[in-house]
Amino acid sequence: MENLINLTIDGIDVQVERGKSILEAAKIANVRIPTLCHHDDLCVAGNCRVCVVEVIGRPRLEASCAVPAEDGMKVLTSTPKVRTARKDIVSLLVAEHNTQCTTCYRSTNCELQSLSAEYNIDNDDYISVLKPQKPIDKSSWSVEKDDSKCVRCQRCVRTCAELQHVNALTASGKGNHMKISTFLELPMNDVVCTNCGQCITHCPTGALTERRYYSDIWEAIGDPTKHVIINTAPSVRVGLGEMLGFPIGTRVTGKMVTALKKMGFDSVLDTDFTADLTIIEEGSEFLQRLEDALVHKKQVALPMLTSCSPGWVKFIEHMYPNHLDHLSTCKSPQQMFGALAKTYYAEKMGIKPENIVSVAGMPCAAKKFEANRPEMKSSGYQDVDCGLTTRELGHMIKQSGLDFTNLQESHFDSLMGESTGAAVIFGATGGVMEAALRTVYELITGRPVPFENLNIVPVRGLEGIKEASVKLENCLPKYSFLEGVEARFAVAHGLKNARIIMDQIAKGESPYHFIEVMACPGGCIGGGGQPIPTNNAIRRKRIEAIYAEDEGLAKRKSHDNEELKKLYQDFLKEPLGHKSHKLLHTKYRKRNRY
Amino acid sequence: MAEKTLKKVDIIFAEYLVSPYKILEETIKRPKNEIIQEILDSGLRGRGGAGFPTGLKWKFGASAKAEPKYIVCNADEGEPGTFKDREILTKVPRKVFLGMGICAFVTGATKGILYLRAEYNYLIPSLNNELQIFHEKAKLLGLDFNITIFSGSGAYVCGEETALIESMEGKRGEPRNKPPFPVQSGYLGKPTIVNNVETFVSASMVCRIGAVEYKKLGTEDQSGSKLFSISGDTHKAGVYELELGMKVSEFVEEFGDGDTKAVQIGGVAGVCVPRKNFEATIIGQGSSSGGSTMVFNSTRSMYNVLHNYLEFFQEESCGQCTPCRVGCQQLLKGIEAIKAGTKPAEYLNQLMKLTETMKLTAKCGLGQSVGNSFNSIVTNFREEMIY
Ligand SMILES: Cc1cc2nc3c(=O)[nH]c(=O)nc-3n(C[C@H](O)[C@H](O)[C@H](O)COP(=O)(O)O)c2cc1C
Ligand code: SF4
Ligand code: SF4
Ligand code: SF4
Ligand code: SF4
Ligand code: FES
Repeated sequence: MENLINLTIDGIDVQVERGKSILEAAKIANVRIPTLCHHDDLCVAGNCRVCVVEVIGRPRLEASCAVPAEDGMKVLTSTPKVRTARKDIVSLLVAEHNTQCTTCYRSTNCELQSLSAEYNIDNDDYISVLKPQKPIDKSSWSVEKDDSKCVRCQRCVRTCAELQHVNALTASGKGNHMKISTFLELPMNDVVCTNCGQCITHCPTGALTERRYYSDIWEAIGDPTKHVIINTAPSVRVGLGEMLGFPIGTRVTGKMVTALKKMGFDSVLDTDFTADLTIIEEGSEFLQRLEDALVHKKQVALPMLTSCSPGWVKFIEHMYPNHLDHLSTCKSPQQMFGALAKTYYAEKMGIKPENIVSVAGMPCAAKKFEANRPEMKSSGYQDVDCGLTTRELGHMIKQSGLDFTNLQESHFDSLMGESTGAAVIFGATGGVMEAALRTVYELITGRPVPFENLNIVPVRGLEGIKEASVKLENCLPKYSFLEGVEARFAVAHGLKNARIIMDQIAKGESPYHFIEVMACPGGCIGGGGQPIPTNNAIRRKRIEAIYAEDEGLAKRKSHDNEELKKLYQDFLKEPLGHKSHKLLHTKYRKRNRY
Repeated sequence: MAEKTLKKVDIIFAEYLVSPYKILEETIKRPKNEIIQEILDSGLRGRGGAGFPTGLKWKFGASAKAEPKYIVCNADEGEPGTFKDREILTKVPRKVFLGMGICAFVTGATKGILYLRAEYNYLIPSLNNELQIFHEKAKLLGLDFNITIFSGSGAYVCGEETALIESMEGKRGEPRNKPPFPVQSGYLGKPTIVNNVETFVSASMVCRIGAVEYKKLGTEDQSGSKLFSISGDTHKAGVYELELGMKVSEFVEEFGDGDTKAVQIGGVAGVCVPRKNFEATIIGQGSSSGGSTMVFNSTRSMYNVLHNYLEFFQEESCGQCTPCRVGCQQLLKGIEAIKAGTKPAEYLNQLMKLTETMKLTAKCGLGQSVGNSFNSIVTNFREEMIY
């Protein structure tokens, strides 16, 4: 075939498509070439030069990630020349680095550290050119930036630009002054950063990390006057195992619950409970908007946009401040949980809300920021005291000395521990939409959503923007105004795709009624708080695990959640009611664009 | 190879007997292939530093498929001590546009950009006047080619052709990975032919006098004449047009102050020739001859010379790639440490090895060529580095 070319890598014959890089060809030949600036999710940068190889007939070494394979090429990946150069390059990186592995959060999960170990770097080969220490930027609730550990691979810059279209980070300065910076070098909390944390999961070193809060939690656990509860999001249970020796895509729900109980949390609960609640509230809000538009002929903002991804919410606040009315007023499941923890839960359990420490275990970096939004105090206290990432939970479990692999499985506690499959799939892109449809369609027609086994396949998968539509027929009398309507839905993940959706809305050309947006590529399973690395192969495995978890549950529709029914009966009374309004819904604000 | 003696020539700045537009008119009557062949035959190499055969670049440009094609005239001239392109644009801009016009004709490019160093912005009004005349003539001749001026961003590295393109696209001036080369995918992803100001003038000269006549000047390796920006310990600092192929000894005789100990050829990216090699080294053969030519007499500390170069490089590297960003800093810190006695003299060997890594692995010409001056100075003036 014309489009295929033949070359050899270390003497091994390989055939690849024209246009593939030498690195990709080497992968096919099962030859490992070390890399640093390269990331499967991102465009080629070719700036670290760690991946150099010899190409017979060329005077210089070639960066294999950046140079296309050519017909007849002979590539050598491990000659003395190559090894010397690579070692030199890693030595140079180390000479520029604030090597503090013993105290570094990324230790044992750091690409520079592994390279340095692999090449046995001698710290005395070169003179340190580490820049005078600037204080670590801890201004953001979510992202910590430590320039002294940066290798200037610009993965973060490319992530923020290509995947997220935010451009909060940029390379600034040249030569010895080149560094990763923000607009006017403002602190991270003053710029357009959405706190999505994608730059963190794409950073090879400890230069970008989530701001960590677990010491506070250990302290609270140790304090007998505190009642410490934790709720864990769906994506945590399919990601956490990666930190603890399990293969990617392993579901560790039961072991995780056991571990958290053993660590001393007074109650281990499920964010899924409030994910189900979100579906009821958000579904009702959607129907209300449709009724207002179609029956009362009111001016309402449609399409309605989901609001459970705080990175996405901050994005729209910065980038499309004139379209905030499209956002559902529902808080995210984390914040709904927090608001109920210090009201409903406190009441039912007979615990004073001021003694409750409410922790959220999240796949997310943005939820740390969200927990600290000043308006998130509807219980009268800070609703969520602390958001932890999957990674922090992994570290805490390691610190607790538990033999995680051999732990017995156990169930979430109650109150607020029950979940349905609909809530679990919140973790994957398309999941919120699927869960909403499972409920909304049934509300409107009294029949289950017309997809085999309730699996709404068109909204699943890693395509950037997905669409689905359902024709509403034989509606229940209450919803007769929807008879014959073709309801159209879209799902976007990664803020790059969110921007496409928003540009349509801004132009008044959006063909949809309801759109799910998640800030992170792949949805929460690919969140900024998930184990590192993340790439599409890993995202797919986590997604598979999410849907397997859904299929394994007896109840797969949010409105079937028994505890939830009781919550409405005993406390909230009705969706969109007075209490819901006070505790579960919120407002948004305009933000600057830099 | 026949050795040439130093000869000052006066072609580049000379008044044409016939108007440049007449030459344009005559040239574009010829078949395109023939013009390209003429340039190939002339042996003309780019005057921007890399010395790539101009005819070959134009040929690639002509065979590139996508539209529109761009022609960029590189007038970034960022190296300290060089101002030959400024002289050309001041005195004979018409010859530059003539060269670009011919290039447009043979490659089928419709858009031209003059990438002008920001410090030369004062030239814009007069250049625009010239361009107006050029565009009128081009229109009369049926040549669909329009030139605009882009004011550069100021960094030395932006003179590197792909960094220049990035900067024209409004991005940070960082060199790109090659391939693809600009002739395949350059400005806005379209085929782009980048040549130095002087290259365009020389190409037009070839079209005027023919390859045979042009080749009479210079060496087999580098034909023609070339502008030299001469500075340092000389009483004759300035821009000179010299025939390529003279010995350094002749050059020193003409431009030295009687006490010359070294000559830097090819600018900061070039090599430093010590006195003992003056006789054996020919300017325009092998080594690059872009940039400035600096003359050093025996009062100069070659340590200071090298120190200055390295300071320049560590500042002017774009900073994206490891070997160049950190390598330049290492070389500078390294020679300082040796001088201060905190590293042994043998550390120079380690640094020389480092320049090899930089040459082999840096992403662009800047990092790749730092070793040229470093190694030639350290090898020839080792004692000055240590004591
Ligand atoms: C660091 C660096 C700086 C450069 N600066 C210039 C410059 O100022 N002017 C120039 O014409 N070429 C410069 N070049 C060379 C260009 O990359 C390119 O090779 C040249 O413009 C091509 O034109 P030519 O073939 O006519 O020489 C530079 C190259 C490097 C690596
Ligand atoms: S970033 Fe990596 S190499 Fe640097 S201190 Fe941390 S673990 Fe060590
Ligand atoms: S957290 Fe997200 S938005 Fe903020 S800098 Fe990182 S990638 Fe960009
Ligand atoms: S912060 Fe991390 S991702 Fe960004 S350039 Fe530095 S090392 Fe690379
Ligand atoms: S060699 Fe230097 S100037 Fe060139 S790309 Fe690398 S860092 Fe930038
Ligand atoms: S991985 Fe290829 S240059 Fe960085």
